[in-house]
Amino acid sequence: MSTATTTARRLMQGNEACVQGALYAGCRYFGGYPITPSTEIAEGMARLLPRYGGHFIQMEDEIGSIASVIGASLAGAKSMTATSGPGFSLMQENIGYAYIAEVPCVIIDVQRGGPSTGLPTKVAQADTMQARYGTHGDYYAIAVAPASVRECFEQTVKAFNYAERFRTPVIVLTDEVIGHMREMITIPEPGELEVIERARPDVPHEWYKHYEITPTLVSMTAAMGEGYRFHTTGLTHDQEGFPTARPDEIKQKLDKLKFKIMRFADELVQLDTEMMDDAGVCVFAYGIAARAARQAVHIARDKRIRAGLIRPITIWPFPDEQLREQLAHVRRVLVVELNQGQLVHEIERVAPKTCKVVSMTRYDGEIINPVEIYKRILEVK
Amino acid sequence: MATKTQQQSDVTHQYLRVKKSFPNVWCAGCGIGVVMGSIIRAIDSVGYSKDEVVLVSGIGCSSRLPVYCDFNTLHTTHGRALAFATGVKLAKPSLKVLVVTGDGDGLAIGGNHFIHACRRNIDITTVLINNQIYGMTGGQCSPTTPHNAYATTAPYGNNEKGFDPTVLAKAAGASYVARGTVYHAQQLDKLISGGLEKKGFAMIEAISNCHTYYGRLNKEGDAVAMLEWMKKHAIPARAAQGMSPEKLQDKFLTGVLWDVDMPEYCQEYQKLIDSFKKKE
Repeated sequence: MSTATTTARRLMQGNEACVQGALYAGCRYFGGYPITPSTEIAEGMARLLPRYGGHFIQMEDEIGSIASVIGASLAGAKSMTATSGPGFSLMQENIGYAYIAEVPCVIIDVQRGGPSTGLPTKVAQADTMQARYGTHGDYYAIAVAPASVRECFEQTVKAFNYAERFRTPVIVLTDEVIGHMREMITIPEPGELEVIERARPDVPHEWYKHYEITPTLVSMTAAMGEGYRFHTTGLTHDQEGFPTARPDEIKQKLDKLKFKIMRFADELVQLDTEMMDDAGVCVFAYGIAARAARQAVHIARDKRIRAGLIRPITIWPFPDEQLREQLAHVRRVLVVELNQGQLVHEIERVAPKTCKVVSMTRYDGEIINPVEIYKRILEVK
Repeated sequence: MATKTQQQSDVTHQYLRVKKSFPNVWCAGCGIGVVMGSIIRAIDSVGYSKDEVVLVSGIGCSSRLPVYCDFNTLHTTHGRALAFATGVKLAKPSLKVLVVTGDGDGLAIGGNHFIHACRRNIDITTVLINNQIYGMTGGQCSPTTPHNAYATTAPYGNNEKGFDPTVLAKAAGASYVARGTVYHAQQLDKLISGGLEKKGFAMIEAISNCHTYYGRLNKEGDAVAMLEWMKKHAIPARAAQGMSPEKLQDKFLTGVLWDVDMPEYCQEYQKLIDSFKKKE
């Protein structure tokens, strides 16, 4: 393995950092399909996975990619795929399968402009809601959004940890700029970052229930071929995994999907704040938009404007409680997004009446720049 | 002394999830149950353990088959069984992976995965149950519904031609291609076990009857009448070699139709992994 990574400081793309993070987390299966601007992740995995004893496969389309990832995870491998807007749309049905069948896996969506083919080489943050509500039916999603190359590494590791801990698909939401920009990064030593493994069954084979209701609601996970012989289906199922039409079992299943995540929402929230203690106006942004927002806030502070920054790293579950706290003493919150306004509705939902929510959007394929945001701060403060 | 049929039933019953999943969803007289028996007997005959077998399916009548069987079973989304199975097999090549699919699931919505699984020659045995119609949704035409046949979505006769999955599988690169019927159940056992023993992609088409929809809409009679049709129209591939084209009209070939040895996907990938291990 020493041939594959180096612990030295390296100049690296966000997409490459996702590859390194995945390998660090123990990912040993990648099924993917080329799509700009995510392709470097597949290329990196194709090069490195066989060196780690893992498997890479280029599937015939994105539907097959995520299907194979789910299959590999059921066989016991930490598994992932990476894609962008159109591919993310194609994957949605099988991502729904991973939710109901409770199969841990990681999906990296390097966002580009849409809808449809849209802007293959240009940046957007327009899949924010797709990461939450992309597939049909009721379910609760986990999505993380890095804002730097270093965070691409760390959040990919975290995504695997969440996937394995909660037995659910986890979305890593980056974008064309985060994916392609290069920054210096030091790859953490093994053991430096926490790596979580799925809970293995410790019961006799005949006692095993693949979807057992436990105190945390997360069930033990056997791999295929270990003697547990469980059934997996996309049909709503009972604790053993067999299809059910009983109302009590249906409700229990959907509650399990909800509460196994939402009961632990506080542990999932990662909220980065800057200069919020005395802020009268604050900017809320994630990913690449937060980079510009941070700069804008610093410019404002230089001009003696009491501005602050709220940057969610975990987008879903949405940090309701933490935001209510942060916005309690703020008069204005400027929500900056590279879309026509998606997360702003979530802020409107949680912001206290004393805090005015202002949306600032850009959706022309360009990144938003700090001066634009600073000017808007001046207008709304 | 037990008869051969009883002995066969005894084998089959050892592999069923009798307590949990029955009664099954299939209509009385459906051919899919026969295919289930054949799959089980084939697995038993090649000596695979229940623990190492993974039975994968998509959506449709045929794809309900795995839930009744006591293996590692994976009932996936419509058309995607082969893609899920590819991930299972590649992540853990020691597993024996079978896919059960139908003419709609495997050739329409799953057609892309079908040809690419053949092309990769990954060691998966696929049993494609062909009843020439969508049964679960109530009798719509499928990619194997013959030209001019009736279906609920072809009320004036099918304007499209059906295609032959065995020719498709061979052209796409499968190692082993065979066709049987649910009338010739014992032959089907052997065709499936031949596929299981093949290192590479094996596709066995099992001609089956949907008397509920296809038979009724096309006036082909009940299950028995449709089985008799199979008996009359199936010609063993070897016997067909000496027959005139006139005699073969309206007939279909059964038996092993294609059998070659080619490099298998997972084995080739393992060589790559091993080459890196040696370097270290």
